[in-house]
Amino acid sequence: MSERGEKFEVIVVGAGPAGLSCAHLLAKEGVNVAVVERGDFPGSKNVMGGVLYTQPTAEIFPEFWKEAPLERHIVETQAWVLTERAAFKAAHRHEDFDQEPYNAFSVFRARFDKWMASKVREAGALIIPETVVESAIMEDGKVVGVHTGRPDGDLYADVVVAADGVNSLLAQKAGLREEIPPSEAALGVKEVIALPRESIEDRFNLTGDQGATIELYCDASWGMVGTAWIYTNRDSLSIGVGTLVSQLVERGIQPNDMLEHFKSHPMVAPLLEGGETREYLAHLIPEGGLHGMPKLSAHGMLVVGDAAMLVNSMHREGSNLAMTSGKLAAEAILRASQWGEFSAESLAYYDQLLRDTYIYKDLYKYRNMGRFFETHPEFFTLYPDFLNEAAREMLTVDGLPKRNKQRKIFWDAMRRRTPWRMAIDFFKAWRSIA
Amino acid sequence: MKKLTLEQKLYLNGFRPDAESHLSIKDPAKCRDCELKQCTYICPVNTYRWENDQITVFFEGCVECGACRVACAECGNLEWDYPRGGFGVNYRNG
Repeated sequence: MSERGEKFEVIVVGAGPAGLSCAHLLAKEGVNVAVVERGDFPGSKNVMGGVLYTQPTAEIFPEFWKEAPLERHIVETQAWVLTERAAFKAAHRHEDFDQEPYNAFSVFRARFDKWMASKVREAGALIIPETVVESAIMEDGKVVGVHTGRPDGDLYADVVVAADGVNSLLAQKAGLREEIPPSEAALGVKEVIALPRESIEDRFNLTGDQGATIELYCDASWGMVGTAWIYTNRDSLSIGVGTLVSQLVERGIQPNDMLEHFKSHPMVAPLLEGGETREYLAHLIPEGGLHGMPKLSAHGMLVVGDAAMLVNSMHREGSNLAMTSGKLAAEAILRASQWGEFSAESLAYYDQLLRDTYIYKDLYKYRNMGRFFETHPEFFTLYPDFLNEAAREMLTVDGLPKRNKQRKIFWDAMRRRTPWRMAIDFFKAWRSIA
Repeated sequence: MKKLTLEQKLYLNGFRPDAESHLSIKDPAKCRDCELKQCTYICPVNTYRWENDQITVFFEGCVECGACRVACAECGNLEWDYPRGGFGVNYRNG
């Protein structure tokens, strides 16, 4: 073969949590690894809600909280069920979450990923920013490198790791992934809203660097299958809504309108009062779960993180799955390079590792959840209304005896949904998440 | 809080726009038969607008999310790519 481009042992495509985790572990083991990132700097294209979990992050960057750019450590987690004029709220706070190493942090992806990339560089990897990977270089059905958008930009490697996110053109063009159907992707729209520290601490009952998160359901996503969120940062809030693309298409809703609807909700607006929008963001969230998972390995290629559709939407988890998958990919590559064998069979060790972790087990547990909720809109409209109306009735003191109130709640509900239907709905809902 | 228009929000984002679009419609005539024209409302930054009987692509404010790509996948008339390296949206927070 004549003139070939530069050769690395491993090329990681995409400087997000999955790719950087993988590259860091490989570089630490002395592997010659390059990370190719299309953004201006690592992090500049990256978006998440943003809660980062400590344990999976610390497995790759031990004691990261001592130096990484973080916002607040999360001590309180709330869930609100919204109807048009009401909210039913649940909350949990624990003192353990207020102590090192902390359970989770609010972060800004652009800043945190930039920091991670600096660590990866220190470990010895080459980070190549401002470079788009267009496709894989294939020879005899094997992936042997990548075509980049630069002139003479072909790069070669024993293994290419597709960590290029939810849209992964790389994995798709290499034949490992198909187009995502609109019912298997959620569109998240988000704003970063600046607020003085003191306002945040007063409104969310926090002191110092304590943080809180709220997940909001039902009217929060305008009755569509989705979730909204409000996370506290140091001196700003990250607030957003995510709903299935199929639902937005069907309902003819513009995503920014959906976000504004949420922001103007009577239970939400007071939390934002006096705030100033600083950034407007949008990002797809893979919701296909186990059904949507692509082929994870091929000769010379592994797929990690969002590119592999590794998101547990029930528990707002994604970056942790990304980092763990990046770590497992690194383990599989290290084993393969010991053997000097980068065949599909050898790299399929990654699939096997993934199956033994919480990633596969959690995605298996919730494998039917997405489809269930998409076909049962009553959980986003009717049942939240029952819940809030029942609470309102029981809490309203109007001379009506409590037993009469219970009867009223019961019969009001019965008129709108038969007990038989309700029993089936809840049995099926339970089955889909049990 | 003060309500901003979508255009005002986009002024807040960092962009390095390329001269050429990374998005294109393969066959503009095909869009005339598209009943939903979902690209005209699914995009969080209103990249696609129906003007003079065709789709006009305002790629400069694109935040590269891929919503249009997923929403229009079935008919396959949208050529979706990333902007060239270093171009496009530049998030400060993410």
